[in-house]
Amino acid sequence: MRLLTHNMLSSNIKGVVNGFPLRIEAEKVLEKNVEMNSDFLKKMFEKIEWKAFVEASRGMGYTELPEEADSSMLDSDEFLNRFHHALLELHLEEGALVCPETGRRFPVRKGIPNMLLHEDEV
Amino acid sequence: MASRPERIAPPEIFYDDTEARKYTSSSRIIEIQASLSERALELLALPEDGVPKLLLDIGCGSGLSGETLSEEGHHWIGLDISPSMLDIAIEREVEGDLLLSDMGQGLGFRPGVIDGAISISAVQWLCNADRSSHNPRLRLKAFFTSLYKCLSNGAKAVFQVYPENNDQRELIMNAAMHAGFAGGIVVDFPHSSKKRKEFLVLACGQLSTNASLSQGKNEDETRLSDDDSDSEDEENQTVRNLDRHRHLKRQKKSKSGKGREWILRKKDQMRRRGNDVPQDTKYTGRKRKGRF
Ligand SMILES: C[S@@+](CC[C@H](N)C(=O)[O-])C[C@H]1O[C@@H](n2cnc3c(N)ncnc32)[C@H](O)[C@@H]1O
Repeated sequence: MRLLTHNMLSSNIKGVVNGFPLRIEAEKVLEKNVEMNSDFLKKMFEKIEWKAFVEASRGMGYTELPEEADSSMLDSDEFLNRFHHALLELHLEEGALVCPETGRRFPVRKGIPNMLLHEDEV
Repeated sequence: MASRPERIAPPEIFYDDTEARKYTSSSRIIEIQASLSERALELLALPEDGVPKLLLDIGCGSGLSGETLSEEGHHWIGLDISPSMLDIAIEREVEGDLLLSDMGQGLGFRPGVIDGAISISAVQWLCNADRSSHNPRLRLKAFFTSLYKCLSNGAKAVFQVYPENNDQRELIMNAAMHAGFAGGIVVDFPHSSKKRKEFLVLACGQLSTNASLSQGKNEDETRLSDDDSDSEDEENQTVRNLDRHRHLKRQKKSKSGKGREWILRKKDQMRRRGNDVPQDTKYTGRKRKGRF
């Protein structure tokens, strides 16, 4: 799972009011090169919750993202490169996502978060 | 679909390791799922601005449908309830992110962040109650409501479905309408029992003026094909009746499928991905006679 997906995901447990962002527990992170598309990045920038994104990237061991970001930074290649790398090239391979409200862990195995809810969570 | 898999076992049981592998190595299935996905993507009518989109593939299975999205350069998140299907998707190194998730429990995405969704041959599974705690109506409601929420304003969702009967069709459609979607059913090859394919085309939120896809209005019939691609040749034209109470009207004009060239191109793609693909012969892409 990439941070692109992480930034869109939230905990879906019944009764949870704010299930975003899921905290990342990383045991294994992979990097895979992807071709950069700056138009896509610019579009995504509008949707990304930056603070959660920065925190998640740190959880994955990447510390090059600026604490704050605004759209004027999209003109900088250096910024775009970092944004791209964190968004699309880092993969959480093994670990867990943790619901911020209930502490429920969603295990991640072979890159796939198990988001199945128990019956009493639906 | 002689015997309906939904009747046999719950999806996560039916699609076990053996079935998942069998499913994904059938060149016939690969071809069908690819063409259904291409059609769904076409019906999704994404803005043609050359910018990749973030899409969902609901019931993504082993990634046959998602691959079509990748080929068009989009990013996607696939979710499926069968670990075995997802295992194969990983083995095939699909480009989308995968989630083990039950759509009937609702989708856990932030509001308004997804640009569109497809679902190929999956939603009819929700019409079955696989456990005592399952209520199809509630599960469909949870699914469509959560999908509606996570789609961006004006985004669409296209579902290719195999409803078992009209009750199921209505059940699905009503759940979608209740969740706030507008839209209708598009039927390809309505008069061929073998090739008949049904797509639920849903739109979310306030659409821009040129894209009003309001419920049950016949004026809207053609907009799905009109406002975007010219790629739609009359050949495979289908019924575009967005009135959900009346399904079929007009028939397509010719039976021909995608043609030899398309098949050759597709097979080549599959080869490059390292799949086992039958040799090209003079029979490739020829119309079959009789039953098969
Ligand atoms: C016929 S396969 C289609 C897979 C893929 N879309 C394709 O075109 O090849 C149907 C898929 O729907 C999945 N499915 C069924 N019920 C589901 C549910 N409640 N939530 C998520 N996926 C489900 C099954 O596990 C299976 O992988």
